[in-house]
This record gives sequence, C-alpha cells and structure tokens, in this order.
Amino acid sequence: MSEHSSIRNKLSLASATLLQMGNAAAADDTDNGWDISTAVLFYQENNGRVSAIEPVISGSRELAEGEKINLKLVLDSLTGASPNGAHASSSVQTFTNPSGRQTYTVTPGDTPLDDTFLDTRVALSGSWEMPVLDEYSRVILGANLSKEYDYASLGASASFQRDTNNRNTTYSVSLGLNADTISPSGGIPTPFANMRVADSGTNRDGADDTKTITDLMFGLTQVINRRTLMQFNLGLSESSGYMNDPYKIISLIDDVTGLPITPADSNDLPYLYENRPDARSRQIFFWKTVHHLTEDVINVSYRYHTDDWGIDSHTIDFHYRYELGNGNYLQPHLRYYSQGAADFFTTALVDGQPLPDYASSDYRLGDFETRTIGLKYAMRTGETGEFSVRAELISQTQNDVTTPIGDQADYDLTPDLDSYIVQVGYNFRF
Amino acid sequence: MRISLIICCLLSLSACTTVQPWEKDLLAKPSMSLVPSEVDNALDEHIYFSKEASLGGQGVGGGGCGCN
Repeated sequence: MSEHSSIRNKLSLASATLLQMGNAAAADDTDNGWDISTAVLFYQENNGRVSAIEPVISGSRELAEGEKINLKLVLDSLTGASPNGAHASSSVQTFTNPSGRQTYTVTPGDTPLDDTFLDTRVALSGSWEMPVLDEYSRVILGANLSKEYDYASLGASASFQRDTNNRNTTYSVSLGLNADTISPSGGIPTPFANMRVADSGTNRDGADDTKTITDLMFGLTQVINRRTLMQFNLGLSESSGYMNDPYKIISLIDDVTGLPITPADSNDLPYLYENRPDARSRQIFFWKTVHHLTEDVINVSYRYHTDDWGIDSHTIDFHYRYELGNGNYLQPHLRYYSQGAADFFTTALVDGQPLPDYASSDYRLGDFETRTIGLKYAMRTGETGEFSVRAELISQTQNDVTTPIGDQADYDLTPDLDSYIVQVGYNFRF
Repeated sequence: MRISLIICCLLSLSACTTVQPWEKDLLAKPSMSLVPSEVDNALDEHIYFSKEASLGGQGVGGGGCGCN
C-alpha cells in the first residue's frame, strides 16, 4: 500500500469520525430544552395620548431534527386618549362617548381626544415546523388567537419552504387566513350618521360585525456569497367585511366659516361616523439583505406597499449590530416610513355638499412620514442567557392634504405625533 | 421607479457565488438570521401596524387587532 493511500484512509476515517460527532452533536441539539425569550415593552405618546405596557413570553423547542415548535403569549395593556377624528376649532366642542351616555368637552384650539381609551389584549400564537417530502422541504403550520374588550381575532397559516442549489436558495409559499369580530362599545355606528347628544339614541347598526383577511406570500431567500444573504417576498392580501374604525368621526363644517355646523335636529351633533370601503386589496414587495462585515452585521430592508384605497408607502429599515466582544453588542436602528393618504381621507365634510361614497379622518390614513431612531444593548449572561435593553424615539409628521376653509386655517388639523419605547428583555435556555 | 427597483434587486442576484456547506460558518451565526430577534420584530410590527396604514412583507397572518 502506498503512503498516499494510507494517508487517504486515515483522512477518510477522521472525516467519518467528525461526521459521526456532528450527528451526535445534532442529536444532542434536539434535547436542549426550551429557548425562552421574554420582554416587557413600555410605549408612551406625547401630550398624554396613548401609553401601553406589553409583556411577552415566547418559547421554542426542537422536537427532532428539522422539527420545531414555538409558543408565544403577549399581553397588551393600553390607557390614555386617542384622536376621535374631529379637528381642532375655535368653538368649544362637545362629544358623546361611545356608550352614548356621557359627554366630554374639548376647549377651543385643542385636538379632540377621546380619553375613555382603555383596553387589555391577550394574544396567543403557536407554530409547528416539520420536514416534509425530503430533508430539503418543510412545512410550518401556525395559529393565533387574540381577544380584547371589543375585538376578537382567530387566524391560521401554512407555509411551505424548499431548499435548492446546495441550500443556497430557498423558495417559499405561505397562506394566512384571519377571521375577526368587532364588538364596539355601544354597537356598530351607522356610517355617515350623526353622533347624537348623550341619552338620545346612538345611530347604531347592531352590536357587532366581522372581517376576514386572506394573505398569500411568495418568498425567495438567496445566499449571495459567504457573507451575504438576501430575501425577496411578494405579498398579496385581501380583506373584506367591516373595515371602519367604530370610534372615529368626521367634523361636519360650514362651507364659509369652517366651524362645525348647528344641525337641524338638536339631538344631532355636527360629527358623522366614518365610512370606509368594505374590501381592500393590498400588494407588498419586500427586500432584505443581511451582510457580515469583519465582525459586525448590517441588516437592511425595504418594503413597498400599495392598495386599492390609494395608500402607497415606502419603508426603509436599518440595523447595525456592533460587536463589543464576548457576545455583547450595541445595535443602532434607523427606520423611515412614508405614506400617501387614502383616496377618501379628509379632514372634514362640508355641509351642503353631496356626501362622498367613503370618508375617514383617521390620521393613520393620512399623508405622513414616520422616523425612528433607536439603540439596543445586549449583554451575554452565563452559558445561554442574554439580557437586553432598547430605547427608540418615533416621530410622525403629518402633511396637509386638504385646503383649509375659514376657521380651519388657524389650527393644525393633522397634528404630529411623537412617541418613545423602552424595552427590557431576557433570553435563556432551560 | 417601482419596476426599476425590483429589476435592480433581482439583477443583484447575478452576483451570487455558490457557497459550499463548509463555507457557511458566518451565515450560520444567529446574528446573520433574517430576523435576529423575533420578539423585537413582532413588537415593532405591532406598534407600526397600530399607527400606520401598511403592514406585512415579512410573513402572513399574525393576528388582527382592534388597534387598527
């Protein structure tokens, strides 16, 4: 036997041993217990608007090679005040709260806020990933359930993923279905009906309504080189059913003075309940790249969103993970979002003019930009633990889309919104 | 603009090189996953979903909410 073949035999043996060790390690990996992620998020808006506390616990566990489950529980406790859709005016404005029994008054110049905003949401979700067909394909089945005082949501999803090209390319197709029930305080407002004076009837169409959402997504993930990974997703989403925000109204103003009118019926208030289309088709293109520098990692993404409500948006998101050594890191975050207004977005309806098919003054359907700047610090603790804290500032700048009439010119009809978040997290294995 | 951007992104795929399994040490690091922190990502998505009119792009479903 030549010296060469002897070396080859030894190498083969060494390789086989390493491979077996690899398998043994993989087998051990399946018995590593639960990977637990916990976090508490604090969210606060300026001017005494919404504040929220949101604790999360999520656990995942590998059941066998390629088979994994994940369970997550989120609580979301909200308090504060939310814009009701009417705009600031030089007159004192009085509103009826959603139950129809109490009133609240807004002083001249102030943005009308409904301060009865209070809710707690519980959301439970789970997923089960398992291999199918062969070692290159898998299916992920998911389910989610959430309940709050006036809203319930039930959803299921299925995703098929297949690796090809030496596992450098992954194709995926995903389907999601959601069925939601809305049961607003006081019932479903009649679209374009007047808000009524307290205790004089509430212009309602029943106690609750439903909405369904179907999502379809095609994905491609590609290894570009040893340091770069790229993802492309194309999403299609169809919603149908009750799409209004039952707590949002629209100011009904005089065509000359721009002030809220005095309705003919003294039990009517000069505010109409909003009316949105009962269907929405959305298309989303998403691109993400993750790139490894010498030590640090850049994670950047872009999303283009368009829909048949006329809302086009662009989102750019950037994370830079700056390695501090020993598993500790600092991670700055920048996000920029720009949105065009929905076709039916308006700051007010003008008395005497025919009603449009649809209208809403919900500032979230307006023309605005959101800028986010944040920083996360993560510190390794022990064998598997990671403690983290992050803070972000979110600044939303609204742009005017309608020409002001009379009194409207003196006020900011679509005020900006600043908010911040602080989040503390701890991840561990047990 | 939209189409040219998509074409640009797809053209960048032509720069791909085949990466062998033993060269995937960096790609296998947790920091190189597409979503390094699922919890941070889900919390952010929820915040922006409740304050903006767009959602999705990274997955399907995820649960409705009375916040929007």
